[in-house]
Amino acid sequence: MTNILSDSAYVVESLPELWFGLVMISLGVYLLLDGFDFGLGMLFVEADETERERMLAAFGPLWKANEVWLVLFGTVLFAGFPAVYANILSRHYLLVFAILLALGLRGLGSKLREEHDDDQWVRFWDACFVVGSTTAPFLLGVFVASWVLGEPSALAVAPIVVGITVVALSIVLGAAFLGIKTRGTLRERVVRRGRAAIAVYVGLFALTAVVLFVRYPELQPVLQSIPTAAMVLATLVFAMLGVGTTSNGYYHGAFLSAAGLAAVFVLFISTLLYPAVDPAAGLSITDAVVSPLSLNLTAVFAVVFLPIIGFYFVFLYTLFSGPASPETSYSSH
Amino acid sequence: MHASRTIVATDPTLTAVITELGPLLAFLTPELASRIQFGWTITIHIIFAALSVGLAPFLVYFTVQEVRTGENRYARLRKFWTKIFAVGFIMGTVTGIPMGFMFGTNFAAFSTTAGEMIGGPLSFEAKMAFMLEAVFLGVLLFGRERVSDGFYALSSFLVALGAWLSAFWILVVNSWMQTPRGYEVVMEDGVPIAQLTDPMAAFFNPRFPWMYVHMQNAAIISVTLVIAGIAAYFVWKNRESKVWRTALQVTVVVLLVSSAFQAAHGDMYGRHVAETQPHKFAAMEAHYETGQADLHLIAIPTDLEAITDPRADNLYTISIPQLASFLASGGDPTAEVTGLNDFEYESPPVAWVFWSFRIMVGLGFWFIGLGAWGTYRLWRGGLYDDERYLQALMLSSPLGFVALITGWYVAEIGRQPWIIQDVLTTADGVSPPLSSTEATLTLVAFVIGYLLLFGVFLYVLKRILDEEADRHTVGIEEDDRPDTPGVIADD
Repeated sequence: MTNILSDSAYVVESLPELWFGLVMISLGVYLLLDGFDFGLGMLFVEADETERERMLAAFGPLWKANEVWLVLFGTVLFAGFPAVYANILSRHYLLVFAILLALGLRGLGSKLREEHDDDQWVRFWDACFVVGSTTAPFLLGVFVASWVLGEPSALAVAPIVVGITVVALSIVLGAAFLGIKTRGTLRERVVRRGRAAIAVYVGLFALTAVVLFVRYPELQPVLQSIPTAAMVLATLVFAMLGVGTTSNGYYHGAFLSAAGLAAVFVLFISTLLYPAVDPAAGLSITDAVVSPLSLNLTAVFAVVFLPIIGFYFVFLYTLFSGPASPETSYSSH
Repeated sequence: MHASRTIVATDPTLTAVITELGPLLAFLTPELASRIQFGWTITIHIIFAALSVGLAPFLVYFTVQEVRTGENRYARLRKFWTKIFAVGFIMGTVTGIPMGFMFGTNFAAFSTTAGEMIGGPLSFEAKMAFMLEAVFLGVLLFGRERVSDGFYALSSFLVALGAWLSAFWILVVNSWMQTPRGYEVVMEDGVPIAQLTDPMAAFFNPRFPWMYVHMQNAAIISVTLVIAGIAAYFVWKNRESKVWRTALQVTVVVLLVSSAFQAAHGDMYGRHVAETQPHKFAAMEAHYETGQADLHLIAIPTDLEAITDPRADNLYTISIPQLASFLASGGDPTAEVTGLNDFEYESPPVAWVFWSFRIMVGLGFWFIGLGAWGTYRLWRGGLYDDERYLQALMLSSPLGFVALITGWYVAEIGRQPWIIQDVLTTADGVSPPLSSTEATLTLVAFVIGYLLLFGVFLYVLKRILDEEADRHTVGIEEDDRPDTPGVIADD
């Protein structure tokens, strides 16, 4: 134990790199889990009242826990690379608050529509729910791309393309989630939308790669490398699996394919960033990481608590598995 | 590229657009706008945070009593307060998430300097507390039919534990900013970085135990007053209500014990502040000239200026001579208390600290009185028929939060001009590239947004109360069918 709390060396030599990995994994888990919710929120727009209640019954017990991954991502970044946290949040000041506003609208919309049995009231909060669920993934994509590409301004071509790509990915995820949480005509329609979204997503993923290749010459070696080729291939395979499994009614397979698409996407983003953590400030992992004692301690907590958190989520998703029905939900009080 | 920890620049394109559009918005400095924004958001957020912390033990108590006795009244109380807990919790997360990000957006220089000291605790909070709360709140709200009674009770306990752990780590961070320990400042690329040298000394710094006990107890007092006020309302409407008589009995006793404890603890806490942050102590007493200090029990401003700039000569005070000296030194009435004029740095905004302190302490004594009055009535009988007492409880129900918020003002505004005591000033902690326009724009948005949120919360609270009032009139309340012991009744 003495050397774990040593102030002279990292407990594992590559701990800074591992911590960078944890930052990106937290971001990935967040985009995956809240992607279900964002996609659900966008597909909400064409559902009728009964379908909406069923969708919210699937959303209700899980979204709060999903959103906590954003906080986890933020604090893991802060704990390991405080200068990066400070830099990227203050650089994109208004964008960050716009994301928080979108998330707030989404959360309140879903909760408050239940509070008052009045058409106008319900329509208003439903609109907030849909607008929040659409703008949040878009702005998150813009933010992540501006950070990773070292763009000083979010109003650039590449971040906006990535933003739209994340929106498409979220629709794929939302459809895959609803594929296992609903039945009947709602499921059929949602899954149809999901298949279309997969095609759009693959197109946008390719467009992103082209835009990056053209506008960021320094990324050309990475984009031409074998890992990138493998990730493009993996995206195609997961896309085909997603389309194929839904056609055969194997919805759990579609769910896993969608998760695969999201994982590959975040891996792709991570390879663009590595070994920098904040390209705009010229900070690499080694420049920005906290001192050994601090990171060792934080890592010990992570090793203890991440498996527990994993267990919570397996438990939560198992407890609320199966088709969601509004009758058994809390909204009946 | 040049590696640097200094903050580079905000988004130039957006900033240009905003600056072009909004010179009208630029009436506050970025520092002042950021401080007001953080202060305002915490003012609203702390109500919900304290609601979770203070309600948690009551929920555990009601649930345990329900399982143990099988009595319907506990089930009713558990269900009613779980609803309010859930709304409060959701409001707490919606209002709280932006605050963590504000460390980076508005106080980037502070985050860079203090990152090693506070980033860890904040990530522990997310991993240990947020996850626990968020996951098991899902079970509490949606899982009644999916889990056993015992597990359901356990879930309420775990959510409560999450609320208390969350407060633990947040106060580790805040107390470190008041009495920083276990660090060493090193310069990296011209930026001061507080490096962690001793985690235990940093986490359990001298302020931490004082703050944690005072804050958690303040949350309990605030929630006790809310429960007591609502119970008084329903008992006042229906003397025979067993459910709300139970709630009233429990809360008047808890109120007396917790507020008496708070007063005794606060007295010792004050002495600790005098030792560790003398300028804050001086601001609490508006003590400008070094020398013996009197304690102003009651201060009444004699003119308008006294409100914004309280000083001994423009206040009508009822004071105990030399008591502040006595308290600060732990027994010596002639001890010298350093006045605000004799510090090397500027004073905190004295009026805020001075008046907030008086509001907090004044309310604290009122709560002891309320608790004593109620406990006496409970003992001698007539608690449910004392109209005046029930009305006093109803009117006092939000006052615990007022005391808690003003207490925070004393702690936080009293620390100024420092963001980390003696290490970094707030002016140096603000994000360097932040413009007045951007900061003011988000400040305005937060003021409007959080007011709306708070309004929504009050609206939902009123609906829950109306629903409960309806139960009274149709008589579900007095449904005294025998309950099955050990089974949690369901809606």
